[in-house]
Amino acid sequence: MDLYVILKLVWAGLLCVLLIGLGLMVGMDMGVGTLLRFVGRTDGERRTALNIIGPHWDGNQVWFILGGGAIFAAFPTLYATSFSVFYVVMILLLFSMILRPVAFEYRSKVDARLWRASWDWVFLLSGFLPMFVYGAAFGNILQGVGYHFNWSGQYFQDGSFLSYLLNPFAILCGLMAVSLSVMQGGVMLMIRSENPIHDRARRYASRAGLVAVVLFLAGGVWVRGMHGFVLEQGNPAMPANPMHGQHVSMQAGAWLNNYAAHPVLWLLPLLGVVCMLAEVALVLANRPRVAWWMGLGAWVGTIGTVAASMFPFFMPSTTNPDQSLTIWNSSASQYGLTCMLAVALIFVPLILCYTSWCYYVMRGKVHTADIIKDTHSY
Amino acid sequence: MDLINPAVVDLSRFQFALTALYHFMFVPLTLGLTFMLAAMETVYVVTGKQVYKDMALFWGKLFGINFALGVATGLTMEFEFGTNWSMYSRFFGDMFGTPLAIEGLMAFFMESTFVGLMFFGWDRLSKPVHLAITYLVALGSNLSALWILVANASMNMPNGAHFDPETLRMTFDSFVGVVFNPDAQAKFVHTSVAGYVAASMFVMGISAFYLLRKEHREFAARSFRMAALFGIFSTVAVITLGDVLGRLDYEHQPTKIAAIEGLWHTSKPPYEPWIIAALPNDAKQESSYEIGVPFVLTPLITHSFTTPITGMIELEDAAAPRIESGIAAVSALRRYEEGHQAADLEMFHAHQNDMGYGLLASRHAPNQDVTAIPPEQIQSVVEQTKPDILPNVFVTFWSFRLMVFLGVFFFVLFAMASYLSLKNQLERNRLFLKICMWAIPLPILATEFGWITAEAGRQPWTVFERLPTFMSASTHSVSYMLFSLAGFTVLYSIFIAVELYLMFKFARLGPEAHGQHDHGADADHLSVVAH
Repeated sequence: MDLYVILKLVWAGLLCVLLIGLGLMVGMDMGVGTLLRFVGRTDGERRTALNIIGPHWDGNQVWFILGGGAIFAAFPTLYATSFSVFYVVMILLLFSMILRPVAFEYRSKVDARLWRASWDWVFLLSGFLPMFVYGAAFGNILQGVGYHFNWSGQYFQDGSFLSYLLNPFAILCGLMAVSLSVMQGGVMLMIRSENPIHDRARRYASRAGLVAVVLFLAGGVWVRGMHGFVLEQGNPAMPANPMHGQHVSMQAGAWLNNYAAHPVLWLLPLLGVVCMLAEVALVLANRPRVAWWMGLGAWVGTIGTVAASMFPFFMPSTTNPDQSLTIWNSSASQYGLTCMLAVALIFVPLILCYTSWCYYVMRGKVHTADIIKDTHSY
Repeated sequence: MDLINPAVVDLSRFQFALTALYHFMFVPLTLGLTFMLAAMETVYVVTGKQVYKDMALFWGKLFGINFALGVATGLTMEFEFGTNWSMYSRFFGDMFGTPLAIEGLMAFFMESTFVGLMFFGWDRLSKPVHLAITYLVALGSNLSALWILVANASMNMPNGAHFDPETLRMTFDSFVGVVFNPDAQAKFVHTSVAGYVAASMFVMGISAFYLLRKEHREFAARSFRMAALFGIFSTVAVITLGDVLGRLDYEHQPTKIAAIEGLWHTSKPPYEPWIIAALPNDAKQESSYEIGVPFVLTPLITHSFTTPITGMIELEDAAAPRIESGIAAVSALRRYEEGHQAADLEMFHAHQNDMGYGLLASRHAPNQDVTAIPPEQIQSVVEQTKPDILPNVFVTFWSFRLMVFLGVFFFVLFAMASYLSLKNQLERNRLFLKICMWAIPLPILATEFGWITAEAGRQPWTVFERLPTFMSASTHSVSYMLFSLAGFTVLYSIFIAVELYLMFKFARLGPEAHGQHDHGADADHLSVVAH
């Protein structure tokens, strides 16, 4: 196989890794944010919940930033087009995202009831909305998006932002992502908290897990009847130019074609469902540490399922399907992908090592009594 | 008809400038304070004196308040290229996205992961390990600046890439060319050290506030001295590297340097004055009320006494053939894109170095399409395009001057501060202490002027001489832009109000209250400390 094709595939794979890392790590912290007002009834309890993720949320958030940066570097046309086409939604995501670091740093710095209560609502918003948009984005790209390019590579939008927000399938996907994040956040709280936070977190985590399973299966059934896209003609080694060189058709149920051709792919949705169910069972059995790792499987299964159905598409166009963005036509140059790969191979393992070390250093239960006395903490 | 709406381009530029300038209010302090925290903690670990740990904790708390907004507003920057500059991001993604992604992998991950341990790990880590963590945070934030400025430098000096007519994008050829771009190296040192100046002024100003009130005197005197010495070295470095940058602009971005100096006509060495103040008029292409110092400009820019510097009018005239050739390049490229004829590709290659100028001319072409210009009108389009090659002279000229005036002021201030601090004469000079206190926001202002000089001076290009700003923006509607602008304005106004409130609150509270009282007591506590 052509080296350029291999690089494009490797980067598509790495992009999935980043999206899984984002869902798992940022999703977990956002799940805690969403749950904050429910697992903590008193200020001390809420501060305990915040301090459980306090030393790590900043580092975890970089998965999100890196997700953006890596798409920019490896698939610039995808970055440029998807972020612009979803403009209003992306801006809403951004507004809710930028509230979060501020909420962490400022909430506990002033001891006034209204002040802290307001920031607690901000945590709910900035935990729920970004994960919802994250999931809804997958829902939208599965259905295809309205856009086309002119001769120079400038995109033009053919759809309205309302169709991306008020779209039942996208809402389903958004709620699915929120459920996974709430489950994972609950599990993290169980690992590092005591009662009453622990038991409340357990209750929310197990319920969210069951909701996630139901939504995941419902989404699967929905996709069977939905129109999918088929790449009829397109050379994987083509120069990365979406304006021409591809022929794409739309067909009902086409997102299941890859599964029909390679039945082994069914292992991915299976992995997702099994891990979600296992996580619920382990939560109920009070084994949050093992349950946490099931969360990794749940995200691998979920992102993997979408990737396997859509391959090689990134973002199909409904108004000009031939200009749909695929792995083949939206990547950076071969040289750029090579450089980035070298850097990623050095730094991604390093990041995983020092992140784990930080969790190891900060291990153990967070006690509400200590938090109330400690003014350095969140 | 898919046309570019100039109003949307202007709104996108306005939003980008707003969010970037806002982000850059917090970055310089982060860059400098991390190193000052590391220095304070080093002294603590070496000497074991508690006052240095108090210093690290107290300045660390103020650092945290600032850092949160730096991180939050940085998120905006990472997404804004995609949400608002789609053509730019597609065209230049190899060159700009790569350093940005490396920044995340190499620097920002490290900084953000360890900043949590820096704040929360005091009791869980041994002294040397905690110190190492603090250094990693400092290293991370500064490496972060390095990669961002590598990315920025490639917009100003697109090294290590060529345009590929098959993909209609700049293709990355040389990693070394991008990383060791001379503009990147000089900009990195100039900008990050400007951050050290800002942090020094911040620490020095707040310490001066305590000295004026005769509170926390040992703490304040030590902090003041450390900041003053750090500040004087940093200011010298900023000025030196500023000179290097000017020299690079002279060689590679003549329009920027001519606009910075308000030089409408080619200079006459050696007499040519350096203009201290003037009123440049962009529409009439002349300046009034010029006040200058003779014989300074030529050696300042060219490091010689005889080399003339080309003026803006002459640069416009020199651009005319490039615009004409660029129109030919873009027309050939478009025909090639639609028909894939070898003859068109050959034609494109003959003119490809001027392609950017052809794209610049497209806003004056019928339907923004240079292939539609009738041959007899090409000269008139060229004439209309000529003034477009210049940045806004008034803005570039004055932002540069304000930055330079402030820089000279900082040099004097830090020199006096170091002297008085080393002679232990600070508390007698109350006026001087007051000036130090009021000077806290000035270095941040100076870095903002620096950003405006560099980026307004780069106009009309996003990628210098390759891609005009006019072509770079996403094709949103005006209402989309108003929506996002309104949101940013509201959110960012709330943020700055909250940040300033907390900064003032914790700065007034001072170091000794740190860790001893609960948050709730501060309002009352403040008056107790003050009296």
